[in-house]
Amino acid sequence: MTEFDWTQLLDYALMGMLLAVGIAIVRLKNLFAAVMLMGVYSLISAAWFVSLDAVDVAFTEAAVGAGISTVLMLAAMLLTAREAEPVKAIRHWAALIVVSVAGAALFYAVGDMPVYGDLHSPANSYVGMDYITSTPNEIAIPNVVTAVLASYRGFDTFGETVVIFAAGLGVMLLLGLNPGKKKGDEE
Amino acid sequence: MIEIIAERFNFVIVIILMMTGLYAVVATGNLVKRLVGLSLFQTSVFLLYITMGKVFGGQPPILPEYSEGHGENDAYAGEAAAAVTDHAAEAADIAESAASHGETVHHAAEAIYSNPLPHVLILTAIVVGVATLSVGLALVVRIRESYGTIEDEAINHADYAVDSARRNT
Amino acid sequence: MTPHLVLRIVAKLLIPLIVIFGLYVHFHGDYSPGGGFQAGVIIAAAVILYALIFGVENAKRAVPTWFVKFLAAFGVLLYGGTGVATLVLGANFLDYDVLHPDLAHHSGQHIGIILVELGVLSTVFSVMMAIFYAFAGRAPDIPEGEW
Repeated sequence: MTEFDWTQLLDYALMGMLLAVGIAIVRLKNLFAAVMLMGVYSLISAAWFVSLDAVDVAFTEAAVGAGISTVLMLAAMLLTAREAEPVKAIRHWAALIVVSVAGAALFYAVGDMPVYGDLHSPANSYVGMDYITSTPNEIAIPNVVTAVLASYRGFDTFGETVVIFAAGLGVMLLLGLNPGKKKGDEE
Repeated sequence: MIEIIAERFNFVIVIILMMTGLYAVVATGNLVKRLVGLSLFQTSVFLLYITMGKVFGGQPPILPEYSEGHGENDAYAGEAAAAVTDHAAEAADIAESAASHGETVHHAAEAIYSNPLPHVLILTAIVVGVATLSVGLALVVRIRESYGTIEDEAINHADYAVDSARRNT
Repeated sequence: MTPHLVLRIVAKLLIPLIVIFGLYVHFHGDYSPGGGFQAGVIIAAAVILYALIFGVENAKRAVPTWFVKFLAAFGVLLYGGTGVATLVLGANFLDYDVLHPDLAHHSGQHIGIILVELGVLSTVFSVMMAIFYAFAGRAPDIPEGEW
């Protein structure tokens, strides 16, 4: 007699909340509420990441998605608009068609995905699990994700740092860091 | 058929979330709300990757350095709900026990861990995602200052007006 | 009685703790979930909290814009510099084992990872601050009454 896995119930509750918040974001016209719900969505995803054993990812998603991303979107919203204007009905139908076609294609592909939680799926064999077995011998630190990020895949992290730097450079070039860029001054 | 879907139920939910984000991108005219929808889509894609890396009966990919490593199993399974805020406590425990033992006990062969590779990829993707989101928002701010609006219909009208005025002169 | 008195006092208590927690997350990235990215974002969150409560001008006096610009480039330089240092010491690019002679405990890996994550922390922190300053320092078109 298998015992009931209570964490599955938690997963279902989180999924339900994510669906509700996602649909609410689509339907809202008030941008302030939409941005706040985006922060809530990120936080619930972070909780689901912990349930999926991805603790590093949950940490980053909570800090970046629910923290910084919400602040940036609020700041941008402050500078642009408060409400979204309604669009023509034909656009909603076109969007629905696009989404149905894309969704149908993805559902068709779900049959080929590996079974959820399978230890021997192709994604969980080969290199991924080899990192776990060789980290104690070659790097000797307990956190395998940091070992892979900073040592085994150090080049990728270097590229990522440069990408973040380039994005910061882009924002600095577009908006500028110094005050006094009021609209009246530029004319 | 039902069994196939039931075994892969998480993927179905993630696909529905992705389509919600895509709908928000296509169906709104407001640029900021489009970026919100794009961010929704992005987070759902992260969920898809991490779902693929989950292993039943596995632990987070942090190797214990003490012989009582298996006592942590229940701790990880039980505190999933508020665990995001409890990271300081977990981290303190692991750091303490790692410091108290001088040598590594190779328990990696006995315990099952979730696949660390998707975690690494998604960690990169999250931070790069917020960086590109900020560039997009900076562009929206500049568009607002140039056109006076951020609805794409109005921006298209303004562009056509400028174009036809230029063609007529 | 200055306005928002509770907010100011609580922020003064919390902001140093947040910075210490960020540094803790960075240095314990080897042993627990954490690392450079999370730490950079947490420290940026502390400075943004300061800017939200005490004003962007005061935040720009505490963490000036020239420092933010310098730190962004310095983070990438630190990361690349660690790689070049390993090249100079005779191994491949970003091969951390040569950074310390103790190969039994792989101390070189520890040093390399801490340095590299420090570079990541610097870049992430300064880019988040730069983006915040860029957005927050701009005067909005929409008057306050339309909220």
